[in-house]
Amino acid sequence: MSEVETPDVDRPTSALVEEVVVPPGEARDLPPTPAARQVSLNERRAHQVVAMGGGDWAEVTARADAEGQDDVMVINMGPQHPSTHGVLRLVVELKGEEVISLQPVVGYLHTGIEKTCEYRTWVQGVTLVTRMDYLAPIFNETAYCLAVEKLLGIEAPPRAQALRVLMMELNRISSHLVWLATTGLELGALSIMLYGFREREEILDILEDVTGLRMNHAWVRPAGVSQDLPEGTEDKIRAFVRDMRAKADEYETLLTNNPIWLERTKGIGHLPLDDLIGLGTTGPMLRAAGLAHDLRKVQPYCGYEQYEFDVPTATGSDVYARYQVRLAEMRESLRIVEQVLDSLPDGPVMSTDPKVGWPAKLALGPDGLGNSPAHVQHIMGESMEALIHHFKQVTEGIKVPRGEVYVPIESPRGELGYHVVSDGSNLPYRVHVRDPSFVNLQTVSEMTLGLLVADVIAALSSTDPVLGGVDR
Amino acid sequence: MTTEPTTAEASENGFRPPDALQPVLTGLRERFEDAILDVGGHRGEVVVELERERLVEVCTFLRDHPAARFRQLASITGIDYLKYDDRPERLCADYNLYSFDHNIRIRLKVRVTVEDPNIPSVTGVWPAANFMEREAYDFFGIRFDGHPNLVRIQMPEDWEGYPQRKDYPLGGVDVDYINAHIPPPDTRRYKGGWTST
Repeated sequence: MSEVETPDVDRPTSALVEEVVVPPGEARDLPPTPAARQVSLNERRAHQVVAMGGGDWAEVTARADAEGQDDVMVINMGPQHPSTHGVLRLVVELKGEEVISLQPVVGYLHTGIEKTCEYRTWVQGVTLVTRMDYLAPIFNETAYCLAVEKLLGIEAPPRAQALRVLMMELNRISSHLVWLATTGLELGALSIMLYGFREREEILDILEDVTGLRMNHAWVRPAGVSQDLPEGTEDKIRAFVRDMRAKADEYETLLTNNPIWLERTKGIGHLPLDDLIGLGTTGPMLRAAGLAHDLRKVQPYCGYEQYEFDVPTATGSDVYARYQVRLAEMRESLRIVEQVLDSLPDGPVMSTDPKVGWPAKLALGPDGLGNSPAHVQHIMGESMEALIHHFKQVTEGIKVPRGEVYVPIESPRGELGYHVVSDGSNLPYRVHVRDPSFVNLQTVSEMTLGLLVADVIAALSSTDPVLGGVDR
Repeated sequence: MTTEPTTAEASENGFRPPDALQPVLTGLRERFEDAILDVGGHRGEVVVELERERLVEVCTFLRDHPAARFRQLASITGIDYLKYDDRPERLCADYNLYSFDHNIRIRLKVRVTVEDPNIPSVTGVWPAANFMEREAYDFFGIRFDGHPNLVRIQMPEDWEGYPQRKDYPLGGVDVDYINAHIPPPDTRRYKGGWTST
């Protein structure tokens, strides 16, 4: 544990200040006083100062006390607050209704996914990483698989690459829709909340058709994807794209010139571009400050260079500009989805190299989903070699050559990077995730200074944090 | 740049840094010859291993030099190389830098021992390092000297030990109602009942 600086106390005679200064993580009784000796244990518990995660509460209250600022109020928002997009805690110091300091406290959703990855095979890792940023699962899977493929020195077949792009762009729309819906909800625009979740549901239906699950798909696998598009999905996606264009216009009608929306978003949460770059911000927030930086354009992956799309930017660098960029990105994603469907190449969706491609072919039988009868026939009756490959892959998993790579992709929130280290065995040596929500969250302290409490919610929301990704 | 890779650049698998990075590497070698331990990489990525003493100087140089302009600190990865190689400096902080101007990436590695896990903080060069260094401290116990608020970020702050180190015990689970113990995942084998290898 590092030493936490105890604040300078200007009033050394005040006994009260010494009582409140508690090192983080240590719940201590107040020093016994004649009155406190007589109260029961339960009542004494009520007087305890308990510093919960983050270790700043005692520090903050002590500083406020020490400075004798009677008009400074310390508010604890979260971790269970409907506007914090998950279990995020904000320690806000207020002067009147003006924010003079804000500290995000994270870690409430930490589940040790990175560590768990080290004790599961490379293919099983997909199932773990998809649960990090749960609004953008396909991006997590793709980035992880691209990193594994880069270590292996292979590329997925063209059809798998195109399908990944297709699903990622649908996923991007659904993620932005949730952003639009929740931000609308928090600013009092209830209809946009209903509309956003309604359209997202259609995308989740498509994702369910293709992957089998609404969320946490584990559909992208190293060397390909687990299943091809089922019959009829293409038409469903085309119909969705057609509808979604009209729906996006509807959102614009509702919000873009809505005076209440403008009042709540224009000029709120402004940060200059230099500050954003210094704080490591990526994604729509950076583009809303005028920098057209998009990894799909500058360092293309999965064949993004084949598709024609623009990188929308805005110059306001406030909540409104971020809204404009995200709405425009949904339209660009629709363009990409259409182009992928038009140019979808034929061929396998999983590498045919028996050393890396997952061998099983799934099929729906009378007793449910399982290995296809043709595949079972092949390994049990026709090819001893296929049986060996199947057995080795399923029990031991693929072996990935020793090395270390970093693969970034453009997720709906910014640069999602996977730093993967292999020691040559069938388990990853280290998987580190550079999650955009985690890095972007640092901007919240900066951009909320001087705002009103109600605007803190708008500013926080404009960073689009997903706490599953922040805490991992 | 058409210079042939020197022996220091070319590792056994024929590593050659991309052309866009050559001026950066040349500049680094000229200024910080003594601080650079190794220039290597894998799959087209360039990794420069440094002595920790001059890290902040090197980072400032990389951020400001016109051929580099690494204005974005993309990520800091903590790694524990205990079971990876035999070097006593098993803890590693891996800095991932990106340059908007030249669209290039470079990684810096600084390795330290568990006994002396101090690395100067780069929060003065890139404010983005704040959360990232806290994360590496939290999971690996790397101490970033000069960090404004180096406390745990993901784990509860009274947590003992650094959970992503390779020698951190993984624990196990007692299952009371059948009087069994599920061993930690790295030693777990199922042989008609959970046993430990």
